[in-house]
Amino acid sequence: MTHLDIKGLCCSYGGMDVLSDITFKVAQGDYIGIVGPNGSGKSTLIKAVLGLVKPSRGSVAIFDADFGSFSQWGRIGYLPQRIKFFNPNFPGTVEEIVRLGLLSGGSRTAKETEAAIDRALDMMSVAGLKKRLIGSLSGGQQQRVLLARAMVNSPDLLILDEPTTALDPETREHFYSLVEGLNRVSGCTILLVTHDTWSIGKYANRFLYIDKKIIFDGSFDDFCHSDEMTAFFGEHAQHLICHRH
Amino acid sequence: MLITEIFTYGFMQRALISGLLVGILCAVLGVFLVLRRLSLIGDGLSHVTFGSVALALALNTKPLYVTVAALPAVLLSSLGILRLTDRMKIYGDAAIGIVSAAGIAGGVVLAAVSGGFNVDLFSYLFGNILAISRGEVLLAVALFILVIGVVIFSYQQLFAITFDEELARSSGIKVERINALLALLTALTVVLAMKVVGIMLVSALLIIPPVTALQISRGFRATLFTAAAISALSVATGIIVSFMLNLPTGALIVLLNIVLLLLAISWRKISFRVPDP
Repeated sequence: MTHLDIKGLCCSYGGMDVLSDITFKVAQGDYIGIVGPNGSGKSTLIKAVLGLVKPSRGSVAIFDADFGSFSQWGRIGYLPQRIKFFNPNFPGTVEEIVRLGLLSGGSRTAKETEAAIDRALDMMSVAGLKKRLIGSLSGGQQQRVLLARAMVNSPDLLILDEPTTALDPETREHFYSLVEGLNRVSGCTILLVTHDTWSIGKYANRFLYIDKKIIFDGSFDDFCHSDEMTAFFGEHAQHLICHRH
Repeated sequence: MLITEIFTYGFMQRALISGLLVGILCAVLGVFLVLRRLSLIGDGLSHVTFGSVALALALNTKPLYVTVAALPAVLLSSLGILRLTDRMKIYGDAAIGIVSAAGIAGGVVLAAVSGGFNVDLFSYLFGNILAISRGEVLLAVALFILVIGVVIFSYQQLFAITFDEELARSSGIKVERINALLALLTALTVVLAMKVVGIMLVSALLIIPPVTALQISRGFRATLFTAAAISALSVATGIIVSFMLNLPTGALIVLLNIVLLLLAISWRKISFRVPDP
């Protein structure tokens, strides 16, 4: 089943093209790493998929529904790059923040709601922080709470925008293996935007390199051995991106 | 005079009922506004209320209907602030300033045209809760039920957009509609509050109890209840003490809120010395 079908997507800000003619499909169970340099349009792509940014041309279909008629928000989990204007004194507890993820998921009894929240917190190893205020947590803990919020509805499609920026290397590796586990065990489709090419290459089954348009779409192995990519990046740059594997 | 005797007076009963209802409404809505950095929207809308009241008084409108007559302009202004921010890309505080200035300037001109500032207009500027009529109490009850009902019904959406608008939008929440709802509820509450603390001090009721609650509460729901309780305490105490000591009620309510805020800040400083479990 196709979870995402993007055709000819173009986005522009102030007359300048940020994304040009992006076309690709995401099948159920895919784990796609989206990488590219700063300003390549990675986050804009994610925002266009979620309707947070209006494309100038092209179409997005999610779960075979055109975006205009899409209503199955409970099937999507989203972890943004950062919470805009995050207020460290925001009075919400971890439990209240994770509960927000259930807003679009249909009706539940109070017991079912509690169980879903506890399950999500356990999965992210933050169950002990349930009654803590979100602003009192470390960056890594906040990321895990927000991931719990994205996962609490057991979404079919999980979209993560640079989720490891605030994490130390050890936590980052743990985070990637956690997401890989979600994909492998729950069959959740993952779309993960990152600068961390070396780590994502280990876990994702598909590698999308974009720089305003799609430069490469395939496996990480193919990327590392592609003559075309050698010609595009230069041997040294390609080696730098791939050399840890 | 014994305190219990105070409650036997009809005007005190009306003042307490309407004051408590308005205080709770301001506190609850104020939590959302303060966290979204829209605190001054109450100030802006209260200035528009001044313009509307000046117009109503210039047309010799009866006191009960002045409150009702002020509603349309204030409701439209609240949506106008949103439009200026979203469509015209004007910063929120500037949009509030523009609407506020228009309201005050319009009110001053209307007051001048209709014979200058009089006792009636002063009572709206600084509040006159001890002169609240039975009709105004019923209006307060009706608006309280409406506003609190809508807040309860839309609680999760309001909480979601207060935490993060983009995240709320990605959950399918119609953010613009909820923002418009919040603006309209605030407009209704501001008009209701002008008799309690006056146009000049409405924003204090919207800002101070929520800020006080934020010093001492854990959890968003707890903050709402704490803000409501703080507001109710300051309003009830202010009304009773102002009557006993013949002091301006609205101003005393605001000063009591400041005292409670200072106590809450001190409490927070002390409790920070105890580490989080």
